[in-house]
Amino acid sequence: MDAITVNNVTKTYNKKTVLAVDNISFSVGKGEIFGLIGPDGAGKSTIFRMLTTLLLPDSGTATVGGLDIVKDFKAIRGIVGYMPGRFSLYQDLTVEENLTFFATVFNTSIEENYDLIKDIYVQIEPFKDRRAGKLSGGMKQKLALCCALIHKPEVLFLDEPTTGVDVVSRKEFWDMLKRLKAQGITILVSTSYMDEATLCDRIGLILNGKMLSIASPEDTINAYPEKLYAVKANSIYHLLLDLRAYEGTINCYTFGEYLHISITSNEAEVRKYLEDKGHENIEIKAITPTVEDCFIRLLKHQDERNSNKDK
Amino acid sequence: MKQFLSFIKKEFAHVFRDRKTLIMLFGFPIVQIVLFGFALTNELKNANIVVVDNAKDLASQQIIDKLQGSKFFNVQKEIMTPSAIDAAFKEGKIKLAVVFPVNFNTDLLHLNKASIQVIADASDPNTAQTLTNYVISIVGDYQAQLSPTSQVPYTIQPEVRMLYNPDLKGAPNFVPGVMAMVLLLVCVMMTSVSIVREKEMGTMEILLVSPVKPLMVIVAKAIPYLVLSIVNLCVILLLSVYALDVPVKGSLILLLGESTLLIITALALGLLISTITSSQQSAMFASMLGMMLPTMLLSGYLFPIENMPVVLQVISNIVPARWYYVIVKAIMLKGLGFSFIWKETLILAGMAVFFTALSLRNFKIRLE
Repeated sequence: MDAITVNNVTKTYNKKTVLAVDNISFSVGKGEIFGLIGPDGAGKSTIFRMLTTLLLPDSGTATVGGLDIVKDFKAIRGIVGYMPGRFSLYQDLTVEENLTFFATVFNTSIEENYDLIKDIYVQIEPFKDRRAGKLSGGMKQKLALCCALIHKPEVLFLDEPTTGVDVVSRKEFWDMLKRLKAQGITILVSTSYMDEATLCDRIGLILNGKMLSIASPEDTINAYPEKLYAVKANSIYHLLLDLRAYEGTINCYTFGEYLHISITSNEAEVRKYLEDKGHENIEIKAITPTVEDCFIRLLKHQDERNSNKDK
Repeated sequence: MKQFLSFIKKEFAHVFRDRKTLIMLFGFPIVQIVLFGFALTNELKNANIVVVDNAKDLASQQIIDKLQGSKFFNVQKEIMTPSAIDAAFKEGKIKLAVVFPVNFNTDLLHLNKASIQVIADASDPNTAQTLTNYVISIVGDYQAQLSPTSQVPYTIQPEVRMLYNPDLKGAPNFVPGVMAMVLLLVCVMMTSVSIVREKEMGTMEILLVSPVKPLMVIVAKAIPYLVLSIVNLCVILLLSVYALDVPVKGSLILLLGESTLLIITALALGLLISTITSSQQSAMFASMLGMMLPTMLLSGYLFPIENMPVVLQVISNIVPARWYYVIVKAIMLKGLGFSFIWKETLILAGMAVFFTALSLRNFKIRLE
């Protein structure tokens, strides 16, 4: 049985004027890490709030741990752990007080489930008498995760847990998620960092309330239909203009210090075209797409579809 | 139960770690009592008055001595023309002028009738009225001293007794008022703000996604403020008894009990406000506007309810402070027992139940 199922769920705000989630369906297997990947405002938090029974869907059904999110909301609230996108602990309570409080709220104690949070808690334990408001960003997220985990939830909802956290802490955070997964906890996590996507078992790319694709990170990348190249030359700006004007270009965008370009023709033709245009130090190499490349491609497709619709 | 205790512990931590609020919580009533008790008194002492003695005879002199002897007046003796008196009033130097005509004593003895002119600055009607009354009673006293010898038939002498507050002191009137105001303000504002803060900080989101029951959240929120308010109440009572000489004539237990009832009503009202508002500011604004003004204006503490237009009289019925004010005056000043105030008590209790039920009904179990 799937830990989370979502069937054709739609959610609007402001008396149906703002469409936040548009007919989304997906399911998450038990013990799976499922990532919702998308930019800010894509509808990720709304999905989280519906699944944690904080919001009611306009239409569609969903279950968490086999329980209906509308009918059985009380039961769901006892078996899930939720870490909202915004830091939501008591800033004027100390680390230890926060943890103790949330443990008792869920009728348990720190000792009872200490093994579950141990790996994370040892890192913040030196600061256990510090007020939560005075912790660094990464520490706050670790504490929030501890609080969400303290009652050994069946399903863990993490809404952008690594936003505003440094690279090292982010890596540690994901290592912890892997360990939790090993304990059989289902994790639904959202992020706007594309590089984190590869760490999930499966990812759903979400944009403007629509689910664009659901697959494992590998499949998502393998599904990239065109050849992708990274291109670099002395004048990156002119390179971008010229490549966009090139007839064989499907899509071209900046990506770090390179331009990523997907083409219908081949590498040699592009190089010739650029040399004719007078570019120097041209560097072209074939690359494997990243999740971000996949996302940009889907984004472009949707834009084109929308503009075709407008015509 | 453990859940509940840990909730209460958490609430106390919030209160005690917020130093500014804590100081306000205890500073506010003390400042109020001290201000009303010593600075903002409506008793008149040493009012500047001028006496224009055109008679300069025995009777006028004796009356002036009496005026001087009273603690109410600070008498200046001057010969002033009517226009000079006018000017002195305009400058605000004097509150009242007493003018004796020439031949005052002669008229009194031979015509059995003499008059004194009393001019008061009625731009402040209450002061003018009070001062004039003082003068009239002093003159009346003097007349009474004369009259045993003179034979005036058919005199009706009113024997006035001011019950419960014979000296007409200000403190017995405002202590109950301040008590009502402080308790209501502190409880309503603090509770409403504390729940709304959970919404604002996002912690409500986590609390909702947990097995806690709404009733527990609400009751746990209210308990620290209940305790603090009772401490506050004791401070006010101690101050009023020992600093302002306003004793508690009736049962102290009854007074504390009734006050607890008011506190509970106020807490319930605060919870209600918190379920309606969504930011700390609007909660604070709603409790200030919704509590401060009606409590000051419609409780009968500053203005008598009987003199208000019928509409306001009807509205005053829903102001908890109105009923509490009656109760406190009955217990503190008149020393009455429960049998005299059961009706007011019942109304307050009804309000408490109503507000609690309404806020429980309004408590949102989801984010919308």
